[in-house]
Amino acid sequence: MVLEHFWILILFPLVGAAMNGILGRRFPHPVIAWLSCSTVALSFLVALLSFYNFIRLPEDQRILTHHLFTWIQSGNFISEFSFLLDPLSMVMILVVTGVGFLIHIYSLGYMAGQSGYYRYFAYLNLFIFMMSVLVLADNYLLMFVGWEGVGLCSYLLIGYSFEKRTAGDAAKKAFILNRIGDVGFLIGVFLIFRTFESVQYLTVFQAVSEQFAVMGTEFGVLGAITLLLFIGATGKSAQIPLYVWLPDAMEGPTPVSALIHAATMVTAGVYMIARSAPLYSRAPETLFIIAVVGISTALLAALIATVQRDIKKVLAYSTISQLGYMFLAMGVGAFGAGVFHLLTHAFFKALLFLGSGSVIMALHHEQDLFKMGGLRKYLPVTFYTMWMGALAIAGVPLFSGFFSKDAILWKTFAAGNEALWLMGVVVAGLTAFYVSRLMFLTFHGGERSEKHHQGAPDPSPKEPSWSVTLPLIILAGFSLLAGYIGLPSYLGNNRLEEFLAPSFRFQFSGQAASAMEHAHLTEVILTLVTLAVAFLGFALAYHFYIKNPQVAERLANRFPWLYSLLRRKFFLDEIYDWLIVGPVQRISRTILWKGMDVHVIDGLVHGTASLMQAWSHRVKRIQSGYARLYATWILGGALLILFYYYWISP
Amino acid sequence: MDINYTAILPEIMLSLVGICIMLLIPFVPRERQTHLGYLALAGIVLAFFGVAMGWGQTDLAFSEMIFQDDFGQFSKIFFLFVSTVILLISMNYLEQEKLFQGEFFVLLLFATVGMLFMATSADLIMTFLGLEVLSISTYILAGFKERERKSSEAAWKYFLLGAFSTAFLLYGIAFVYGATGSTKYLQIAEAIQASPDYSLILFVGLGLMMVGFGFKVALAPFHAWTPDVYEGAPIPITALLAVASKGAALLALVRILYQVFPDLSQQWQAILWPMAVMTMAIGNIAALTQSNIKRMLAYSSIAHAGYLLVGLTAHNPLATQGILFYLVAYAFMTLGALIVVQIVGRREEQHTTIEDYNGIGYRYPFLGIALSVFLISLAGIPATAGFMGKLFVFSAAVQSQMYGLVVIALVTSAIGLYYYLRVIVSMYMGEFKTEKIPITISMPLRIILTLLVLGTLYLGILPGSLLNLAEEAASF
Repeated sequence: MVLEHFWILILFPLVGAAMNGILGRRFPHPVIAWLSCSTVALSFLVALLSFYNFIRLPEDQRILTHHLFTWIQSGNFISEFSFLLDPLSMVMILVVTGVGFLIHIYSLGYMAGQSGYYRYFAYLNLFIFMMSVLVLADNYLLMFVGWEGVGLCSYLLIGYSFEKRTAGDAAKKAFILNRIGDVGFLIGVFLIFRTFESVQYLTVFQAVSEQFAVMGTEFGVLGAITLLLFIGATGKSAQIPLYVWLPDAMEGPTPVSALIHAATMVTAGVYMIARSAPLYSRAPETLFIIAVVGISTALLAALIATVQRDIKKVLAYSTISQLGYMFLAMGVGAFGAGVFHLLTHAFFKALLFLGSGSVIMALHHEQDLFKMGGLRKYLPVTFYTMWMGALAIAGVPLFSGFFSKDAILWKTFAAGNEALWLMGVVVAGLTAFYVSRLMFLTFHGGERSEKHHQGAPDPSPKEPSWSVTLPLIILAGFSLLAGYIGLPSYLGNNRLEEFLAPSFRFQFSGQAASAMEHAHLTEVILTLVTLAVAFLGFALAYHFYIKNPQVAERLANRFPWLYSLLRRKFFLDEIYDWLIVGPVQRISRTILWKGMDVHVIDGLVHGTASLMQAWSHRVKRIQSGYARLYATWILGGALLILFYYYWISP
Repeated sequence: MDINYTAILPEIMLSLVGICIMLLIPFVPRERQTHLGYLALAGIVLAFFGVAMGWGQTDLAFSEMIFQDDFGQFSKIFFLFVSTVILLISMNYLEQEKLFQGEFFVLLLFATVGMLFMATSADLIMTFLGLEVLSISTYILAGFKERERKSSEAAWKYFLLGAFSTAFLLYGIAFVYGATGSTKYLQIAEAIQASPDYSLILFVGLGLMMVGFGFKVALAPFHAWTPDVYEGAPIPITALLAVASKGAALLALVRILYQVFPDLSQQWQAILWPMAVMTMAIGNIAALTQSNIKRMLAYSSIAHAGYLLVGLTAHNPLATQGILFYLVAYAFMTLGALIVVQIVGRREEQHTTIEDYNGIGYRYPFLGIALSVFLISLAGIPATAGFMGKLFVFSAAVQSQMYGLVVIALVTSAIGLYYYLRVIVSMYMGEFKTEKIPITISMPLRIILTLLVLGTLYLGILPGSLLNLAEEAASF
């Protein structure tokens, strides 16, 4: 029953968004909050019930579609408004509604008393709706609807406090960079339709597995399709070269950063590639590009994260870096491992963001790490839960991040990419470093808050209400436990990968299974290497920020160029400004606006308008109101017709 | 021989109820006569049942006088729907204008009978009969506000010019009969196919018939009556003329051109092409400087007749489908716009200039949104029925390689944007003047408007269902 109508879960948030959006201005705050949270709760409930029934189905029946209506039909082009529930979308929808629900609860506390309360919740609900459409769509065009929709919500929520100039600019930046990616995505979809005459996943995958049964050697149409789709993914999922919007997106409220810019929306690119695994697995060149882009992004972002002062910026770069890991997984064909990391990352990164939000709230919107410190005793719940998240992301054994990250690194190595693996290990070390740095600076050491130094009797920071701490505790639990669904082969069954298998059944399977697949000993050794590097990162952070706080500063002074290179994020924003934004603005202003628009187009428009007005007056004058004149017209017309026929008739 | 009554069951129902109302009129006090509208409504509902009873049957009934086919059923449903809306708004209108005369409803029902016959006729005589039943009823209805000069003038002009052009039609029918020896559609078509060396007499017949239909559809240069009559007639009758009467003549023309004269398509396309260009140009350009909204909508309806003619000229299966779709879309948005005009016009239609709409958008948000949707749809902006209609009709023309015509159609519809948006601009940017009589919207009108808005948007976003129906109906 639930399973047949699983799609109704998308409707609840839509209703919430509509009601809050249209009438919310008149609702009292509790009504807005109750409406918004309950709709997402209902969605989550439906998702859970669906899951409960779903896993009871035999494995070969775990692909359900529900057709709502035909959306567009034109010639042989058909786009249905229908939804697909398979293991992959099941995992995604659980994350989206589950984490989404927790963050709605969190928002109750975080957003209390803010202006535009209804607007915030309406957008947040709309986001859940759009994200659900994205993951449940059964064809590329409907996915694109969700894809654009979440982009819109992201834009609206980044610019939530639009009276702040920085927020408005950040929103625009996010939107524009996403649009660049979307162009690629859309052309990719066109090309899919051109090649396979359908945009429906299952039809396309069926066709691709028949037409490309043997791995092609040259870069063909599949290469083009997959590369174009990947361009879309670099925009949405913040990869090189389009990642620069994500750090700026931290202008949005912190729960938004947690939900949209960490747990769900930014993983849409990863989901899209995993969804398109049948296409990607047949395009080795694209896969290689993805792997290189992924690991480069991971490394670059991790390096930048080590020197950021703003707590949210550190987490933003960390997100970019972790997304890089996921793309690395995609690139080496380990789609399951990538989705696994997506899942665990959703928990621990949402947790870290929400924890940082709690810190920010307690410190009255102070985000500078160097003005925090010693918060351990004031915010115990935040402290413990955030450490759980930090240990998870650092890849400490037994925590979820350990299993998923290790799966990716092992698959990378097993696929024969030792260099990529090595870079991955370095990133693991950097990750441990920056996240421990963040934790040490926030919670340990002395209190560096300026107000304390001035001796002003600032009330000591307090842990926020239950609605903030409860999601933290729940997410901490998942950060600890979520890894056990994907144990490495030397420890047990990878249940997630088994569960996901039906989704990847059209994947190219021509490659002989790697000989390394069962080399447990190698896997364990590699894991130990990664752990050692991560511990090194942790130890360095401890040394720099707890034991010997001057060392970091001295290092920065010793290598000023390196420090400022990292501080200024490799000057990428400046390069983009100089290379693209500046010239585009100049051309727009001088040629397009003053030349084209003002003179040519406006001139043309005004000219046509006055010409038409003149004609109109003339036509009006002919309309004299005398019936005899009208009759003459009729007669004249009739005579013309008759004359014409007389003229052409033989 | 069996007589297939189901072929004209709706017409019978409407006529019977019409006669009943006529007999009842002397016994109903004057102030209560608007209540007879409910009886007329019952008649239309019965007619809907009549259509349902003949659903899906195909026949050539009454000695090859009446077609019973999908095209006919589609048209009947369409006209009955339009008549229902007009009946409902006219009950409101008559009440407001204190015109307590039950004859209004009788004439409306008879006009509907005429339309139904025009759309299903299989014989030129039958077509002519239908046209006359429709015309005579509308001549009277146009002058129904007999105390008002404008209304009487409209009726007179409409009657004089109508009679004049009907003469052309009848003369044309006579010529066609002379050339082919029959007035039956299928027999004429056979006769034409049998002797491909067409005589001048046949062409003269075809040309004169086009004059007659061109008048009813309001194609240039036979359109001149439209603005004067639409402006003078009571608003529900303006709607009747602009939607139903125009539609009936157009559908009859579709049948005649596509079923009777398909072999002469080159010859009639040569006439329709310049007529379409002129109609679109005159309609759109003249609408630019109108200050009365009824007059502006009259010119807009001329322009839309031009777009429909683009489809008609294309002469392919997609064209018929597109015309049927467009007609429904056009009905939704034009009826909607005219209902708003009626509401804003208030008693004696005092407020029908575009200036009267200043600031209405904020003062009366419901009316503002509704009229904006209808006007945006009339302008053919995406996500509305009007856009989809234009898309289908124009792509039919593209399919027939009439690129020049489509370009002209696009240019003229771009001009159209100006005058539609002008009303929206004055609604939202003009300054609201305090009014003597406040605007009131009765519940039935509110419901109808809501439905029309939703319909306009629905067809604009999900055209599939109606398009499929039109596709079935388009196969003669």
